[in-house]
Amino acid sequence: MSEAVADVPQMSRTCFFRSGIFIWSVFVALAILITVYQDLWPWAMKYPRGWVIPLKGWISDFMSWLINDLDFGVFTFKEMTRSVSWVLSWPLTFVNNLLVEGFAFSTDPGAEAVLPPLPWIAVVGLFVLAGIAIKDWGLGLLVGACILYLAIFGRWESAMVTLSAIFIAVPLGIGAGLGIGILAFKFAGVKRLIIPVLDLMQTVPVFAYLVPILFLFGFGPVAAMIATMIYATPPMVRIAILSLEQVPDDRVEYGEMAGCTPKQLLWKVQIPSARSGLMIGVNQVIMLSLNMVIIASMIGAGGLGFDVLSSLKRLAIGSGLEAGIAITLLAITLDRLSQAYSKRPPPAHLEHDTYRARRQKMIYLAATMVVVTWVASFFIPAIRTYPESWQLTTAGFWGDLVKWINVNYFDQLEAFKTVLLVNVLIPTKRFLLATPWIVVVAFVGLLGYRLGGVRLSLLAIALALFIVVTGGWKKAMITVYLCGISVLIAALIGIPIGIWSARNERVHRVVQVCVDTLQTLPSFVYLIPVVMLFRVGDFAAMIAVVVYAVAPAIRYTDHGIRQIPIHLVEASTALGCTRWQILKRVQLPIALPEIMLGINQTIMMALSMLVITALVGTRDLGQEVYIALTKADTGRGIVAGVSVAFIAIISDRLITAWVKRKRAMLGES
Amino acid sequence: MTERSVKFKCSNVWKLFGAGADTFLGRYPSPTEQDIQREGLIAGVQNASFEIAEGEIFVVMGLSGSGKSTLLRCMSRLIMPTSGAINIDGVDLLDISERQLIELRRHKMGMVFQHFALLPHLTVLGNVAFPLEIQNTGTDERTRRTLEMIELVGLKGRENYYPHELSGGQQQRVGIARSLAVNPEVWFLDEPFSALDPLIRREMQNELLRLQSLLRKTIVFITHDFDEAIRLADRIAIMKAGKVIQIGTPEELVLAPADEYVREFTSEIPRAKVLSVASVMSEPSGDELHGADIFPHSRIESVAPEVISRDRAMAVLDDSGKVVGRLEPGHIIPVLAGIDNQIV
Ligand SMILES: Nc1ncnc2c1ncn2[C@@H]1O[C@H](COP(=O)(O)OP(=O)(O)OP(=O)(O)O)[C@@H](O)[C@H]1O
Ligand SMILES: [Mg+2]
Repeated sequence: MSEAVADVPQMSRTCFFRSGIFIWSVFVALAILITVYQDLWPWAMKYPRGWVIPLKGWISDFMSWLINDLDFGVFTFKEMTRSVSWVLSWPLTFVNNLLVEGFAFSTDPGAEAVLPPLPWIAVVGLFVLAGIAIKDWGLGLLVGACILYLAIFGRWESAMVTLSAIFIAVPLGIGAGLGIGILAFKFAGVKRLIIPVLDLMQTVPVFAYLVPILFLFGFGPVAAMIATMIYATPPMVRIAILSLEQVPDDRVEYGEMAGCTPKQLLWKVQIPSARSGLMIGVNQVIMLSLNMVIIASMIGAGGLGFDVLSSLKRLAIGSGLEAGIAITLLAITLDRLSQAYSKRPPPAHLEHDTYRARRQKMIYLAATMVVVTWVASFFIPAIRTYPESWQLTTAGFWGDLVKWINVNYFDQLEAFKTVLLVNVLIPTKRFLLATPWIVVVAFVGLLGYRLGGVRLSLLAIALALFIVVTGGWKKAMITVYLCGISVLIAALIGIPIGIWSARNERVHRVVQVCVDTLQTLPSFVYLIPVVMLFRVGDFAAMIAVVVYAVAPAIRYTDHGIRQIPIHLVEASTALGCTRWQILKRVQLPIALPEIMLGINQTIMMALSMLVITALVGTRDLGQEVYIALTKADTGRGIVAGVSVAFIAIISDRLITAWVKRKRAMLGES
Repeated sequence: MTERSVKFKCSNVWKLFGAGADTFLGRYPSPTEQDIQREGLIAGVQNASFEIAEGEIFVVMGLSGSGKSTLLRCMSRLIMPTSGAINIDGVDLLDISERQLIELRRHKMGMVFQHFALLPHLTVLGNVAFPLEIQNTGTDERTRRTLEMIELVGLKGRENYYPHELSGGQQQRVGIARSLAVNPEVWFLDEPFSALDPLIRREMQNELLRLQSLLRKTIVFITHDFDEAIRLADRIAIMKAGKVIQIGTPEELVLAPADEYVREFTSEIPRAKVLSVASVMSEPSGDELHGADIFPHSRIESVAPEVISRDRAMAVLDDSGKVVGRLEPGHIIPVLAGIDNQIV
């Protein structure tokens, strides 16, 4: 039994090579030929500047035409976008006043607040109550402690600014996501249109669309919030479509037979049935919004993201780290609350009566607490704002710690860095930069053909050519090299950990917690310790990317091995295989497609992180996007951003095609 | 069976799946199996025609994949037949507007599903009230009706339970209660008891017969279990590969199976459960013992203990009490032994 299972992929692999070996040798020979005689065709080595299509310029011109010239008669395009931001600014200002500023009831920006904001005690208390109401005291205390940290370490105001953006962006994102999802679910045409748009939106790095948003909506919290929505909505759309489609057929048929109108069917049968799926989407929107609100501090979101960013720029590690921890705790709070909410067990009849009473009690309690503390805050300043004298700071400690590490371990860290740089990073980079673009394009084309046929091949070639003709080839290759090495290292770390965790329950639990936490952290946070230890440059970027992107490699490997039917393992044990043989000959071959999907995810995450690591000084497409942002150059940012997206799409499609082939060989559908 | 008015009528109903199904019947007015296969189509239902009388239990049976659910979905217009006509009370279902169809479903049709299809976010009360709620029945009327239905199916006291807190049998009782809440005239049941274990299934069959004796609905009941079919059916339609092969009372199917397929189905069944006294009795000769209620339409199984324990020829009476036949133990023993068809 185990022999048969293990042999299937092996046999097919040899077949694949036997038929492929000829084609690939021809390819390698041609590639060498092209490279060696590069003087004969210099254009194949380095894409001539004159042939570059000035797409960047066109986009920038189009943008300025939109902003400056487009006029609908009654109002201009710019007026339109500005009025959108004006409308959105209202709720945002309201929540901001409620949590941070207080209400001044005056147009004069310098006016004293007449009504103070919600006292910090009330906010902490509300979070505790929410935790208790959703799950139990444990959750209440956890989130209460996290929020309290913000006050104690003097991050209160920044955190509340960030939180108010979340409070507005999340409902809007959920609403928009659900709305678009419903449309796509109901109309096949909309779905066909929306899916590629989602693909692109989820792979274009966030920085790339900060620039146009900056133009359209101005600099400031509202523009940041719009960027946040745009970033956080696509997964909600996807999840909404998926969970609506997964509602069991017979339940929908029942709704029809009961005589539901299409509207009733949607709201009373399909959406309630899709609830648990939709709740996962809500959690996603919250986490992505938080991530984006941090990044959007670059276009004026303020708050915790701004604190981190400015600390990073000043290399003030201590305060950066403190702000980073604040973000992390905020992320954990929002994540745990929304997860607990979405995973609430289905209601039971026993609770039916007590449930209402309990909810009523909670609401009274919350209202009383808010009113009492708020009234008290008029008289007792310590309730209004957390007194400065109670604040702690660990900035000095972290600064000292970094100093201490650098003094004592500088040589080791430096040696580690140098070894990797000299032996791995730099040679790879040289190799990729020396490879003619035409060879690389042909390579992805051939790979696409071998894995998925002509269509895939053409797609890969077209996307790669886009990067070539828009003039971003060199930077793209640096992106590919950084991403490739990071993914390789992430896989080398992640797959063994995943295997270990799949075979050992205790390890599994620990790993689960670590991976969950890693995936909760906004990407910005990863930069802080990396800069602390390795300062700036490719190496620091690589470490940040590896840490950020390792999670899916672990998770998918673990899952891939665990999902193998137990009888296969038992049968192999009965045949006398050792644990190692079972792993090598049964589990790994069967889990390989799943593991590759994990690597695919790792690549996607690595690419998105790479763009952010431009902040620590890489010279890849990420840097290009970042420069575009600082120079407010729309075209440059979008072209570089789309190039990153295309790299992601090429690798995604190739890997998916490979997985599909492999699964077909293993006889799964 | 007494004559009753026709409630439901299917005429030449076809349902084909696959690309080009819509135009297929235009190209092949009377297609053969080969035509269908050549075009790469799947035949869900082929040319089904039958009438169902008011108050009748009409059972559709056949193996898995024979097209029973597809036929039922056509009859309830959950899917549009490729061609044909479907009449309920003389109204052609294929010819009415969306709005009319919704009205029809709200008042005339009820359906019960194999896997219950309860709404998980609603309690028993909420599920049963659902069909009334969506047609905006007044609160008082809705509550009254809902509680009445819950009591009818024996779930009183569990109104606030959620579906996941109920056993399979209880869930299907909720399914039954809610489908009856609007007092439908035609009641569709698609393998309602197949997901239940045998004891519960039996209990639910009895429950169905009890409800039917109270409510007198026109019932279309789907099953792949011949045992269940003969327990419930007034008439049975047997389907194979989308075709309705034979329609008849259980007895007709057993006595005169239309083909090998039907014979195969019926062969496992104890014939005493199906055959009536009329099919084995002889002419009365005057010396029969009276005293037991034996009628020509009684099933042999139900009279056997009486006849055999008395060990005498018994009189068979019609409804007016006139002797119409003579039943001896010798008539029924071959049937009980399952060897009557070899002797005859
Ligand atoms: N939407 C569809 N598209 C294509 N083929 C279908 C579709 N629905 C049903 N069929 C096919 O029609 C045939 C009849 O299916 P149907 O579900 O009616 O069978 P059934 O008798 O109800 O079987 P079961 O006892 O398994 O419920 C099957 O071959 C099925 O594969
Ligand atoms: Mg069926």
